[in-house]
Amino acid sequence: MKFFPLVWAALWRKRPRTIFTMASIVVAFLLFGLLQAVNVAFGSGVDHISGVDRLIVSGKYSLTEQLQLSYDARIRSIPGVRNVSASSWFGGVYQDERNFFAQLPVDHETYFDIYPEIIVTPEARAALNSTRTGALVGKQLAEKFDWKVGDRIPVQATIWPRKGGSNTWEFDLVGIMDVAKDSERAMAEFLLFRHDYFNEARQFGEGLVGWFVVQVDDPTRADAVAAAIDKEFANSPRETRTDSEKAFNQSFMKQMGDIQMIVTSILGAVFFTLLFLTGNTMMQSVRERVPELAVLKTLGFTDQRVLGLVLAEALILCLIAALIGLGIARLLSPGLAQFMPGLTVNPVVWGQGLAIAVLLALIVGLPPALRAMRLNIVNALSGH
Amino acid sequence: MASTLNQIVAVTAMNIRNIPSRLGTSLVILIGIAGVVGVMVALLSMARGFEATLAGTGKPDRVIVLRGGANDELSSVIFRDQVEVIKQMPGIRKGGDGQPLAIAEKYLLTGIPRIGSTEPANVVVRGTTDKVLELRPETRLSEGRMFRPGVFEVIVGRGAQGQFANLRLGEKVAIRSGDWTVVGIFESGGDVHESEIWTDVETLMAAANSPVIASVTAQLESEDQFTAFKDALSTDPRLTAQVQKEPDYYASRSEALQNMINVLGYAVGIIMGIGALFGALNTMYAAVSTRTVELATLRALGFGGLPVVVSVMIEALLLALAGGVLGAGIAYVIFNGYTVSTLNFQTFSQVAFDFRVTRDLLIQGVIWALSIGFIGGLFPAVRAARLPIVDALRAQ
Repeated sequence: MKFFPLVWAALWRKRPRTIFTMASIVVAFLLFGLLQAVNVAFGSGVDHISGVDRLIVSGKYSLTEQLQLSYDARIRSIPGVRNVSASSWFGGVYQDERNFFAQLPVDHETYFDIYPEIIVTPEARAALNSTRTGALVGKQLAEKFDWKVGDRIPVQATIWPRKGGSNTWEFDLVGIMDVAKDSERAMAEFLLFRHDYFNEARQFGEGLVGWFVVQVDDPTRADAVAAAIDKEFANSPRETRTDSEKAFNQSFMKQMGDIQMIVTSILGAVFFTLLFLTGNTMMQSVRERVPELAVLKTLGFTDQRVLGLVLAEALILCLIAALIGLGIARLLSPGLAQFMPGLTVNPVVWGQGLAIAVLLALIVGLPPALRAMRLNIVNALSGH
Repeated sequence: MASTLNQIVAVTAMNIRNIPSRLGTSLVILIGIAGVVGVMVALLSMARGFEATLAGTGKPDRVIVLRGGANDELSSVIFRDQVEVIKQMPGIRKGGDGQPLAIAEKYLLTGIPRIGSTEPANVVVRGTTDKVLELRPETRLSEGRMFRPGVFEVIVGRGAQGQFANLRLGEKVAIRSGDWTVVGIFESGGDVHESEIWTDVETLMAAANSPVIASVTAQLESEDQFTAFKDALSTDPRLTAQVQKEPDYYASRSEALQNMINVLGYAVGIIMGIGALFGALNTMYAAVSTRTVELATLRALGFGGLPVVVSVMIEALLLALAGGVLGAGIAYVIFNGYTVSTLNFQTFSQVAFDFRVTRDLLIQGVIWALSIGFIGGLFPAVRAARLPIVDALRAQ
């Protein structure tokens, strides 16, 4: 640590060069932060919103297939099943298609027992029980659209008209949903309303349901329960496919397919480009300092210590730049999250970014550091 | 004036002959800019390809009828008795059989894994009739034969076949109520329908236990008939229906994804460009500083400041040009014609499309490269020309 001032001074030996080099690394980590945040939105984010004790029962051929509501009781009677809640996709539009958010009719009596992560006051639950047209919304949605409990929210149906053919459904807001952890936010940012009301009031499709959420007694036996559910409905006109909630969410995200691959290749190209840029600067900076390094060695610095000094310089350069880049990405991410919900620069992204910074420092720092270590004092002092 | 020009030529030639001795630093500009241009051209070619696929779908004199309020075919429900009403609307051209050239189609999704994956992706299955080739004459069977009604047979679009598993001729694919046999492959000029699977509508309705259809696509006598058709449709009390010209419908269903890909391409390109700019600045400052004495000597000999500036700029621009051409070339070789598929979240279904590295994208990439080279060379060049000769000669 006592050599820090020495390393620091060496780093800023040519100020403009260091600043430019740092700026290009900052840019690379800014891109890394933003693109990884996108990947989080698509990928690893689902881990936080998936319960180990929950299964999703959907149609065998597509999750857009409809199942029978009467399956509820049959699933409930399968050993190992603790609780079942019917849900459907409503697919409505609030004011404008761009205001997209999900509206889900759910079995209000069981849904919140299966999703303990969603925080709802007992008053709100009671109000939903007593109001057929009642609805709950996520906290951020309520803020975005300035909704207050007691408001009436009109939603235009795109799939399900009401009896009589009208597309307008009006819901009475009876409560706001919250979550304890930010990483679970995506579990509550819906408009939830009563499936029994939805089922009765729609023009067609009565008795059908989109999917069931099933809570199992013992997560270690989840696979067996899932197999038992699918067996129960095998060879019926509406067969089922039961997945763990995590597998379900992941396969949903994997639908984006090649986009993720493309994002990863961009990052590859960015860092490959950067390697050349920074590596060259480091080489140059050591080349210029050959006599100085020789003086250090004359003063009694060991080979390893000289190696360490040069490596430390690369490390500090890369880490500072990475921190700035990721910091900027963090500042920008809330703005971008409006376009892509779930996008965050989370601790995992920070960890990955800093690990890559260390790796980058090693790759670009090692060749010049080795060169510095192997310097022959006499040649170096005489030969500049 | 002539002497300034001579000086420029002389100094520039000397600089360029010198590049090999500064190969490492020069490569930084070249590779840095090649990386930026390559990534940007690749991303924008994806947007171009997606646009071409969507823009190439449908014709302005063909219309698609959905339930009033439905956003797309997936959310639209039309009842059987309404179909006959729609087919009798004015302005529909008569087909070869003397009947209105209009087909009521079913639209549903089935989960088929991508080739090499196990996770199901939402592939469109369209229930139609054998009249579809007359309704969509841009479509032709390139392999096999048409599906037959009453049996579980499908024909598969070329794009879907390239992306999803088990869709080759003779293979079986699970759609509803079991497996269906692929009996034909169709092409339709790379449009959205090439990402779909087609089969007989009645067979599909029975297999899916769902007696409703999604849309009616009709060929109008001419585009001018649209208003009359629309008025008749929207005033008919037996219907709650809306109609759009096909190009309008497909454009509106791709807006969000298209915007996203474009924003991604330009945002990444600009951010990376800024990074490469710093790299170029570094390189050119280094190139100038290693030759401080040399440049000062030239000026002591009577060379002006302008030739020095111009020569440094030309060097930067040449390196940038090489980088730009290299990057655009790599993007072209790797990505042109490369097919990907993704979920169009507005329709909740998979669409396959080709990357298109068009000429204007290549030009755009080279211009971008030259802009980075210009800014990256300007400041070092001015600095080189401004250094007092005496100080510069004493340097080092």
